[in-house]
Parts: sequence; C-alpha cells; structure tokens
Amino acid sequence: MKETNISRRSVLKGTAALGLAGTAPMFFVRNASAAGYLNDPGSASSVTLGFNVPQTGAYADEGADELRAYELAVSHLNGEGDGGMMNTMKPLSLKGNGILGKKVEYVTGDTQTKSDAARASAKRMIEKDGAVMITGGSSSGVAIAVQGLCQEAGVIFMAGLTHSNDTTGKDKRRNGFRHFFNGYMSGAALGPVLEKAYGTERNAYHLTADYTWGWTQEASIKASTENIGWNTSNTVKTPVGAGDFSQYITPVLNSGADTLILNHYGKDMINSLTQAVQFGLRDKNVNGKDFVIIVPLYSRLMAQGAGEAVKGIFGSTNWHWSLADEGSKAFVKSFGEAYGFPPSQAAHTCYVQALLYADACERAGTFMPCEVVNALEGHKFDGMGNGPTEYRAEDHQCFKDVLVVKGKDNPSSQFDVLEVVEVTPRAQVEYAPDNEFFAGGDLGPCNNGAA
Amino acid sequence: MLSKKIANSELAIMLIFSAVVLTMPIWLAPIGAGYPDLLQKFAIFGLFAIGYNILFGMTGYLSFGHAAFLGVGSYAAVWSFKLLTMNVLPAVLFGVLFSGAFAFLIGYVSLRRSGIYFSILTLAFAQMSYNLAYSVLTPITNGETGLQLTNKDPRIIDSLLSSEPVIGLPSTVLFGIKMSGYSGFYFCAVVLILGFFIALRISRSPFGLVLKGIKSNQTRMKFTGFNTRPYMITAFVISGMYAGLAGSLMAVTDPLAGAERMQWTASGEVVLMTILGGVGTLIGPVLGAGLIKYFENIFSAFNDRALHELFAFLPDGVENLFVTIVSPFVGEGWHLTLGVLFMIIIVFLPGGIIQGIERINNRFFKKSSSAKSDSNES
Amino acid sequence: MDAIFLQILNGLDKGGAYALIALGLTLAFGTLGIVNFAHGALFMLGAFCAVSIQALLTHSKKVKDESITFFDAYKEQPYLEIWWGDLGTTIIDYAVPISILAAIPIMLLIGLSMERGLIRFFYKRTHAEQILVTFGLAIVIQELIKANFGSNPIPTPAPDVVSGSANIGSALGLSDSIVYPWWRLIYLAFSVIILAAVFAFLQFTTFGMVVRAGMHDRDMVNLLGIDVEKKFTIVFGLAAVVAGLAGVMYAPILPPDYHIGMDFLVLSFVVVVVGGMGSLGGAVAAGFLLGILQSFASMNEVKSLFPGIDQIIIYLVAVVILLVRPRGLMGRKGVMEE
Repeated sequence: MKETNISRRSVLKGTAALGLAGTAPMFFVRNASAAGYLNDPGSASSVTLGFNVPQTGAYADEGADELRAYELAVSHLNGEGDGGMMNTMKPLSLKGNGILGKKVEYVTGDTQTKSDAARASAKRMIEKDGAVMITGGSSSGVAIAVQGLCQEAGVIFMAGLTHSNDTTGKDKRRNGFRHFFNGYMSGAALGPVLEKAYGTERNAYHLTADYTWGWTQEASIKASTENIGWNTSNTVKTPVGAGDFSQYITPVLNSGADTLILNHYGKDMINSLTQAVQFGLRDKNVNGKDFVIIVPLYSRLMAQGAGEAVKGIFGSTNWHWSLADEGSKAFVKSFGEAYGFPPSQAAHTCYVQALLYADACERAGTFMPCEVVNALEGHKFDGMGNGPTEYRAEDHQCFKDVLVVKGKDNPSSQFDVLEVVEVTPRAQVEYAPDNEFFAGGDLGPCNNGAA
Repeated sequence: MLSKKIANSELAIMLIFSAVVLTMPIWLAPIGAGYPDLLQKFAIFGLFAIGYNILFGMTGYLSFGHAAFLGVGSYAAVWSFKLLTMNVLPAVLFGVLFSGAFAFLIGYVSLRRSGIYFSILTLAFAQMSYNLAYSVLTPITNGETGLQLTNKDPRIIDSLLSSEPVIGLPSTVLFGIKMSGYSGFYFCAVVLILGFFIALRISRSPFGLVLKGIKSNQTRMKFTGFNTRPYMITAFVISGMYAGLAGSLMAVTDPLAGAERMQWTASGEVVLMTILGGVGTLIGPVLGAGLIKYFENIFSAFNDRALHELFAFLPDGVENLFVTIVSPFVGEGWHLTLGVLFMIIIVFLPGGIIQGIERINNRFFKKSSSAKSDSNES
Repeated sequence: MDAIFLQILNGLDKGGAYALIALGLTLAFGTLGIVNFAHGALFMLGAFCAVSIQALLTHSKKVKDESITFFDAYKEQPYLEIWWGDLGTTIIDYAVPISILAAIPIMLLIGLSMERGLIRFFYKRTHAEQILVTFGLAIVIQELIKANFGSNPIPTPAPDVVSGSANIGSALGLSDSIVYPWWRLIYLAFSVIILAAVFAFLQFTTFGMVVRAGMHDRDMVNLLGIDVEKKFTIVFGLAAVVAGLAGVMYAPILPPDYHIGMDFLVLSFVVVVVGGMGSLGGAVAAGFLLGILQSFASMNEVKSLFPGIDQIIIYLVAVVILLVRPRGLMGRKGVMEE
C-alpha cells in the first residue's frame, strides 16, 4: 500500500508536468500573436466588438433594446441602412466602411444583471472571440465590475446605462467611458424645476434602494433639494427587490412630510410608486400643501410598467425619443423603421457609445486602447441628441444637457408616457472633477493589455 | 477480474482524471469552451460541487446555503490581496480558513435539525449573509459593486518586499507567475485534482463509511450508541471549506467578490450541478458543474447572426427554418433550455449524467464482452 | 400609536398574502408528499390570468397617430368602450375581479394537468428530485411567459372605486391619519375567506374527511377501498387554484412580471417550514406571524436600533423558531425529518 502511494504521487507529478508541457506552447503562442495590444485585428478584414447586455432577469427588456441599438449601430458603421446619426454627428471621421476599413463584427453576451456573470461573459468575448471593445450594461454594479475587468484585461469599455456617481467617480478607470448622465446631474437638473413647481418650503421623505447607486442618488438629490431650501425629514433604506413596499410607505403617512422621493429604479421603482399611489399619498394634503412624489431617475420602459401612477410625476432622463433635434430625429427614424417602435434612453446611450468609439478609432488611426483613450479624452462633439457634448478628460464623463421630464397626463399613444419639461443646460449640471460626490477615485494609467 | 481491479484502483482513477482535466484546453476547444475563463470556471465549480457532494451525496443532508461559504472564501481572498500580498497562496489559505470557521458556526447550529428543516436553516443563514453583505455590511463587502482592488490598498507584505511603485493595479501571482489566463487555469486544475483526490480518499475512509451509514439510517446508528453529530459537523465543515476554496480561486483568477455569489440561487445552482451530474458519485458533480457553466457561457452567447452562420451550409429556406426553431432556446432563451434539460434528465435519468454514461457503457460493455467470449471460443 | 396600528394592519395584510401562498404549498405536500418548487410559478400564472383578461377586455381599435412618422404609434380605444360606452368602461375597470372567475377553471385545469402529466411520476422519488423537476418546470413556465409578455412588469390596476385609500381612522373614531388602501383591505378579507373556505371544505365535507384521513394514513384509507390518489389529484388542483387566486388578487398591488413567482418562492417555503411541513394551520399562523414581524422590523425606530434588521427578520425568525420548536409551529413529528 505504501509503495503504491509513493509511486502514485510521483506518477501524478509526472502527468501534471506532462500536461503542462503539452499545452504550454499554446499559451505562449497566444501571447506572441498579441504583440502591441490585446486582440489587435492586425491585417484581418474585420474587427470584433463585444455587446454585453442583460438578456435574462429584471432588465431583459432594456437589454434587448440596447442590443437592437448596437445592431443598428453596426449596420450604420458598415455603411448599411440610412446611416442614422452618422449623418448628423459632428465632427465625423467615420466613412461608412466599417472602422479603419475593417468590417465591424460583433458578439453578444448575457450579463444577467450580476457582476460575476457579466465579467464571465466579457471575458469570453475578450479571450475567445477577440473583442477589442466591450460595451453595454443596465446597472451600475455591473458597469463598474465590467469596467474594472476591461481595465485589467486591456480593452476599452464604453458603459451603457449606468447612473451611479461612482462609475466616473470613486471607481473611474482610464479604459472606461460613460456617456450616460449620473445621480449628481439628476439632482442639479431637478432642483430648479422642483423649486419652480413646488416652492422652497417642502419637507422631503426619501425611500432609497439599499445599495451604492441608491445611496449616491439619495445624497445628490438631498444636497440639491436642501440647496433650494427644502428640509429632509427622513431617509429610509429599503431592501433591493422588496416587492411589497407597504411597510415602508405607512410611516410616511404620519411623518409630516409633504414630499416623497423614490430613489428606486426598475422593478423597485414601479412597485414603490404604484403602492405609494395606492396609499393615497397623491390625494393627501399636508399643512396646506398637496403631497407630491418625485422619481429622480426615469426610464420610459419602466414608466410604462407603472401605468397611470406616473402621471404628473417629475423625474430626469438622459434622452427621450420625442426630442426634435436633427440627431435624435435621425436616430428615431432609423430605429423606428427597423423595429417599429421608438428607442429607449438605454438604446440611445448604447448607440451613441458605439459610434463614439468607432469614431475615436478612426481619428486615432488604430484600435490600440491607449490611443483610443487619447482620442476620446476631451473630445467635443455634437449632433447626437444631447446638444454639444464633451468627454471630460479628468473623469471620462460626458457633459451635456439633461432632460427634466414629467409623466404625461394625456398620452397620445402607447409610447407617449413622458413629456419633456425642461432641457437643463450643461453649465447647470457641471461639477468639478474633485467634487465631494466623486472624490476618492483615480483613473490610473491606460492599459493596452499586451503581455 | 483484472480489469475491474485496475478500474477501481485509485492510481488509475487519478491518472485518468488528471489527464482529462489537464488536457481540457485541447479537447474542449472544438466545442468553443477552450478559453481560459470558462476553463477556470469548470475547475472552480467542479471543486465546489465535489465539496458539496461530500455533504449531500454522502450524508443526504441537503444544504441550501453553500453559496455563503463560497462568498466568504472570495471576500477573505480579496481582503488578503488588499491588505497583505498579491501572492495567491495566503489568499487561498485565508479563504479556506474563514469559510471553514463560518461553516463550523452555521453547521453547529443547523445540524441540530435534519430533513427539510436543516435545508431551510442553511438557506436562512445564507440569505441573511447575502442581504447583509449587499447592504449593511458594505464597508466590508463593498455591496453591490463588489470588493475590488484599488491603488490605495496597503498590501503590507508586498510593500515590505519591494519598494518599486506599481503602475496600475497589480495582478494576482504565484511567485512571479501571473494567475490569469491559462496559468490561472492550470493552478485551478491542479487544485481541482488535489481536491478530487482528497474527496476520493474521504469516500473510501472509515469516516466516509460513517457518513454513508448516516445517509442510509441515522436512527439505527444512534441506537447503537454511535454519536453521529461530530461526523456530521466535520463533513459540513469540510464541504464548506471546499466551497471557500472554490470562492478563493474565483478571486485568484479574477480579484473581485460580489454579494450575489451568496444568493440562494447560487446555492441552488450547486445543488442542480450535483444532481444533474449524479449525486453520490465522485465525478458526477464535476460533469454537472461543467454542463451548467457551458450552458451559461456558450448557449447564452448565440445570437441570430451566429445561428445563421452555424446553419449557413443549409439551403436558405431550411436555414431560416432551423434558425427560427433554435433561436428561442439560445441567447436570451438559454434559461428555457436549462429548464427543459433539468426536467428531461430527472425524468429519464434519475441518477444524472453518470447514470446515462453507465447505461451506454453497460450496453457497450455487454456487447464487447460477448464478442470477446466469442472470439475466445473460436 | 397610529404608526403601530398601521403596522399591525400592514402586517396582517402581508400575512394574509403569505398564508394564502403557503397554504397551497403545504396542501400539496401534506397530501401528495410533493415539494413543489413550481408553486411560485402557479402564483405567477394566476397574476398573468389577470393580465390576459385585461388585455382581452381592452382589445382596442388603434388610431394611428399621424404626427409620428417613423414607426406606428397608436391612440387606443377599447372596442368594449366603442360598443357599449360606459358599460364597456366599467367592465374594463373590473378586469381584475372578472379575472378571479376566469382564473378558477383555468388554474384548476393547469393544476390537474400538471399533476397528471408530471407530478404523479414523482411520488416515490426523493425530495431532491422533486425539487429539481419542479424547479425545471418553473423555469420553463417562466420563460414561456417572458417570451409572450416581455420582462417588464405590466400594470393591472384595481377597479377605480377601490383604487384609493380608506380612511379607517375616522371610521373607528381614531386619528384622521390612519388610512389604508382599499384594495389591500379587500386582499386581507379575501385571504381570510379563502383560508376559511379551504378549512371548512376539509373539515366538514366527506371529501375533506377522506383527504384528511389520507394525509394521516394513506395506506389505511387505500385499504378501505377509497381511491386516495384521485382525491389527492383534486387537492393538487385545489392548491393550484388557491395559488392562482392569490396571484390574481396580488396583481394590482405588484404589477406582475414573469419572475414574480420566483420572488415569492423562498419566502413561501420559509413560511411553510416555520409553520411545520404539511400543517395547514401552521402555514396560516406562520404567515401572519412573519407578516407582522416584518412590518415591525421595518419601522424606523427599530431599524435605527438594529440596522438592516428588516432585511433579515424573516430568516432570523425562521432560525429561532426551528431551533426552539424543531418541527415548526404545528408540524407533526417525523415529517420531513429523515
């Protein structure tokens, strides 16, 4: 018995070594081909982008819309279809022949709205499919996790829908870029509108999703409402996915507050808003003031789920299909004709991100991440639906106008849920890179991913 | 007779197992799974399932909370990277130790009950861990975003050993070898082989016999004056340590730990892996883990365009027909395929994949043995 | 004081929902010995009965909005309103109550076919296998619903008259600020009635007597020449109806999506186990107990003392009860303890 033991061990070691030796060459060959930067398409006739969106789970519909936008962007980049925003984007280096003359191919993956799954799927696209850029996401946790991964791996990450201050604040990365707006901007844009609509003497009660995005939004909104003179009566954290929020709404009734601010998104927003309305909060009168509800971050897809409850409720959004500028019209036209309904704000930000990345590669003359980063940092552009926009070099956040919207009282169609109340100019939502809500982060160096 | 002996000898089992595991990058490449991240996941979740099987397969106790130990292992490993060193050995060690201690606490309480009451106790503990990690414990776990490395981490040991400033975020290393990509896979694979060997020894040890005795009839064992509790707790802690090991390996290959790793669905996943592969068998859980991870990563990635390429060899009309039939089951529909697969396997192969292999094997073996006897006679 | 009164009411309301969902689960377990992970899917299907009926009733004439050129946007007017005017509007308004009537036969049919088609082959199999196969079924049902209805929640409002809040405070001579949504009060009353009906059915009918006897000693009843299996099949159908009705009634509170059942699955299992596997009374008691405790744990005063307590209270209570009372509140000895 003892003898076999010894021999077994030595044999085991032998096999292990053999196995390592047998496969090791593959490993080195892989790296050798990647001289310069990771997944360099080299002389290949095509280049691969990775679209990482939620296809299962609560945000699947939003993810499906993002995927539609990406497919549209790819066809426009390859010179198919009507070209969409490539007709309105200024400045424009794209020629409608792919990127740098290479046809754009894409791979897709399911984030499941879970960091682990999202990173696994991004890794597959990088390691197996050779993607030079990853884009997508419908939640801040996932976006931050994938952004970190892309930084480590050495590819560019173009964030999709992510609203947390941290994405371009505490957790910003050199290889990551965000076009979508953030919690601070929501607060800054909403403040003056709320002051105009509801006056300066209000007593606000916050219900906040108990995780990082909820906290950053609560802090931002609290700061901006207190700035216009409102008092914050209470801030209560609710578990994510609570479903029934009644036990958190009943205390509002007796709190003396006259304003309820729901820092919820997605299903939580739909449920808490529906239930708050059922509790008669909107019919309530406190100290001579009509009780009001505010949903700082709106999405049309989600607003449809809340039905009648959204009517007259203020919020903010990154973009809306009813905008009348040339860029928005061009995008809504090609999206609407392709799919038969208008794009969501998630679709818009993803489409724009794909085009911006392609344009940056064209300007840089290479797909090398560090060169693309240089081309994007400080890049100013227009004609993409949000007016003049700048990718700020210090934190890779896009600065542009923000939309304040309100649930529409008399919708003229099934898509006409929100009306734009005000386009808040960029100057009003801008902040210093070292703003307290964004402090503590460091872009670090860019990463080309070459071994 | 002789061949049976060889098949059962540990040496042969270990040799075959090691060879199969270490050559995975080669033989999995044709089915699209030969890339580092998925290979790592195969090894890591294989390990997780092996450990889970030590509890569930041997004793019959169905724990619904093992994901909590996986999560604790991950958090401990990432904290080791942040505070001490980027070397992976301390991280793995801490992962196993912390999850072992955590498993002892939970096991000590939960094992006072059996049956579904035990299952719900473990589920309750795991859900509490998940909910707290996601919200209140954010200072330790970084909540939704997940615990990540930052440039400001102290890394005491590393900074003592070298004064060179690190540019960007450091990588996890094993004495200079980066633990990402294929080297990360081989590290996980070696750990998997070791873990498999330990499980093999456990199942054939007197301790393993006691566990199997508990499964077949705990009451009888108690009546004979045998105190089963210490054995149960040991089995629980061992399987919790396997889970922690798997969790720390997840952090080794990708230094991020998220709370959702601890959710009940994650605990459910390892149950599914074990049952799909074959409960109580040694290799079954590894197969089940591989199957589920393959579905999650490969089936979810098919989109219509990829399908059209796949069926491009067919004439246009047939191609479109095939794409229409297949597309609800891949991409965003991969959950549907998984659900159907669970049902089919459980209805037709209660013993999991292993039973299926055995059936095929039996048929094949019987035929070949009769053929052999024929040739002997002639 | 007002706050405490409201939280008790809220707890009862939650408890009613929990009890209703857990009842069917424990009924299926007590009779057939089946651990049904697809029970949440039945709840979800009930909610989607309401969604479908509403969609059917609001089937609309679509008037294209001509100002929108790139895609088809419609102003919709339901045919019922066009044909019958106000009566049509009223019928649409009452979509959810109407769904209750429709859901009973539909859910019964679904329950019976589920039992005959799948569950009955699993009586003799291990609980783990039952869990896996019903879990697989739940995923399949879920995905089919998702493929048809998308993943976003669909608003299914309660009738207009009961969409607001009742001023209970002034009705009871208490403070004016005690208001509670009508629909939730109805839900509470509804759950109490359904619970009472199921108990009465099992207690006072011959059928119920046989079922109870069968739950106690199946073989004995079989020996008496009664086809217990057939009766149990019907009980499974009944469990499906109860789950479905719970779902229909919940639709106005929580706009349904395909995942709503899974969200309730873990919770309902905890309720059943805390009550004691297979014990109907236990499930009801545990449902109300957990509902009230959850409400109280969410009060700001309690949360400031124990941060995060509202996140874990259900599980914490489950742990404590299972440690103090090994078989749950009212479980029988030896059930599910092998």
